[in-house]
Amino acid sequence: MTKRSLGSRLAEKTPQLVLIPTLVAAFMYVVVFSLWTLWISVSQSTLLPNMAYGGFGEYAALWQSKRWVVSYQNLFVFGALYVVGSLFIGSLLAILIDQRVRFESVWRTIFLYPLAISFIVTGTVWRWIFHPQTGVERALNDLGWISANFDWITDRDMALYVVIFTGIWHASGFAMALILAGLRSVDGDLVKAAQIDGASMPRIYRKVILPTIWPIFIAVTVVLLQFAIKTYDLVVALTQGGPGVATTVPAIVVYDLMFQRGQIAQGAAAAVMILVALAMVIVPYVLWTNWQAKKEGQRHG
Amino acid sequence: MAEAVHQAFDPLSTGSRAKQIRSKTIVYGLLTFFALLYMSPLFIIFINAYRPLEEIVREGFISAPNTMSWSYWGEAWSTFCIGGNCEGVSRYFVNTLLMTVPATVLSTAFGLVNGYALSKWRFKYDAWVFGLITLGVFLPAQMTLLPWAFVLGKLGVSNTIGGLVLVHTIQGISFTTLFCRNYFVAVPDDLIKAARIDGAGFWRIFWRIMLPLSPPILIVCVIWQFTGIWNEFLYGTVFTSGSNQPITSAIVAFSGSGTGERHYNVEAASVIFAALPPLLVYVFGGKYFVRGLTSGAVK
Repeated sequence: MTKRSLGSRLAEKTPQLVLIPTLVAAFMYVVVFSLWTLWISVSQSTLLPNMAYGGFGEYAALWQSKRWVVSYQNLFVFGALYVVGSLFIGSLLAILIDQRVRFESVWRTIFLYPLAISFIVTGTVWRWIFHPQTGVERALNDLGWISANFDWITDRDMALYVVIFTGIWHASGFAMALILAGLRSVDGDLVKAAQIDGASMPRIYRKVILPTIWPIFIAVTVVLLQFAIKTYDLVVALTQGGPGVATTVPAIVVYDLMFQRGQIAQGAAAAVMILVALAMVIVPYVLWTNWQAKKEGQRHG
Repeated sequence: MAEAVHQAFDPLSTGSRAKQIRSKTIVYGLLTFFALLYMSPLFIIFINAYRPLEEIVREGFISAPNTMSWSYWGEAWSTFCIGGNCEGVSRYFVNTLLMTVPATVLSTAFGLVNGYALSKWRFKYDAWVFGLITLGVFLPAQMTLLPWAFVLGKLGVSNTIGGLVLVHTIQGISFTTLFCRNYFVAVPDDLIKAARIDGAGFWRIFWRIMLPLSPPILIVCVIWQFTGIWNEFLYGTVFTSGSNQPITSAIVAFSGSGTGERHYNVEAASVIFAALPPLLVYVFGGKYFVRGLTSGAVK
C-alpha cells in the first residue's frame, strides 16, 4: 500500500524528475562555468591555473594591448556591416523570390546552401578566390588584363571587407528565408489598398510591406549580431587574423592568450569581454520582447 | 491570406506586354546574378579537385581545366599526410561522424522530452528552469573552454571523441529544448487534459500524443544539431589533437602543414569531403527546416 503511493507520488513528479539531468548540466554549464572563468580572469593564473585572487590587472593589461583594441574595433565594423549587408541582400532576394518566380525552391536552395557549409570550408575556398596568386586577380591577368589588381585580402586596410563579404555570403540566405516567410504573412488588403492608390511596386515594398514586418528584422539582427560576436573559425580559415592584426577578432585573441601564450587569466578576461558584448545585444532584446508580450497581453485583456 | 497577397500581387504577369518583359528581365536577371555568385565557390572547388597541381599553380583556381584526373579524391580520402598522419581525411571524417551522430541523437532526444515537460506540465519556477537552460544558447564558447578542459581531464576523456560528444550534447540541449518547448506550447492543452482524464501518464502522453506531433520540430533539431556539430571547429581544436581531431581541424591543419608545395587539388577534394554531409542533409531537408524554423522555432 505504501509502496504504491510512493510509486504514484513519483509518477506525479515525473515531469520534474526528467528535467533534473538537464537542469544539473545547464547549471554547471551556464552558472558554474561562467563564474569559474570570471574567477580565473581575476586570479593569478598564468600558464597554469592559480586560483589565488590577483585583482583586475589582467583587464587593464588587455585593454592596453593594441591587438585587443583593434580586435574589438573590428568587431564593431564587422558586426555592423555584416548585419546591414545580410539584411539588405536577404531582403532583396526575398522580394525577388516573392514575385511568383518559377522554380522557387531551386532559387531558395541556392541562396540558403552556404548556411550548411562550415566557416572553415567557407573561409578556405574564399581565401583561394581572394588571394591574388590563385584567385580573381590571377584569372583576370591570364585573360589579358595585366594591370588588374585585386589584393584586398593581403591589404591591411581592405582585408576586413573580405571577411565582411564572406560573412554576408554565408548569412544572407538565412535572412532571406525568414524575411520571405514574413512577406508571405503580410495582409493582402494592405497591399491592395496601396495598389489602388497607384503606388509602384518598389514603393509598396518600401513603404507598406517591409515596415509591417519590422519585428522579423529585429529578430534576424539579434541572431546575426550573436554570430558576429562569436566569429572565430571564419577568420581563422580566411585570413588568420592578418595581414598583421588587421582582421583579428576577440575570439582569436582569447584562443591565443589561453592556448598559445599561456596567459590564461588575460584570456579569461577577454572571454568575459565577449560575454559583455553579447549581453549588450541580448539583454535589451529580451527586455524588449517581454515588454512587447506584456503590452500585447494588456491589449487582449 | 497568403493566396490573396499573391493574386493581387503578381507584377510579372500583369500590366502591358512590354512592362511584363521588362520586370521579368530585371527579376530573373538579378536572381541569376546572385545565384552564380552564390554557386561560384562550389564550382571552383569541384573543378580544382580534378585538376593537376602544376596546372593550378600555373593558372590559379579560376580557370577552365585542361586535363582532369580522378586520383586526387582517393589521395585526399586515404593516403595524403596531414600533420604526419598519412591516412588522408578518412580518419577525421570518421571522427566527426562518431562525434556528430551520438551528440545529435542525444541532444535531440533530451530536447524533445524537456520541451514537452516544460510546456505541458507546468510547475512552480518552470520559467526559471527554461530560462537557465536557454541561457546556454547565448553563452559564448570562450567562457567555457577552460572549465571544460578541466572537467574533461577529470573525467578522463581529454583528447577523445567521447569528450566532444559530451560537450556538444550539453551545449546542444539548450538549443533543442528551446526549439521544442516553443513548438509544443502551440499544442492545445485540452488534448493533454483529455488524455490525463483517460488515465494516461507523462510517458504515455509523450509517446502517443506528443511524439506523433513532433516531426516538424524533430527535423529542425536534427538538421540544426547535425550541421552545427559537424561544422564546429573551436572545441575540436582545443580539446583534441593529432589523429583524434574532427575534420574541420584537419582542414585547417592541412593549410598549415606540408613543407614546400601546397597540394591544392587534394586539399580541394578534402574540403568537399568536409562539406558534403551537412550539404546533403540541407539539400534534402532544407525545405522542412525553413518551414519549421519560420513556424515558431525562432522567437
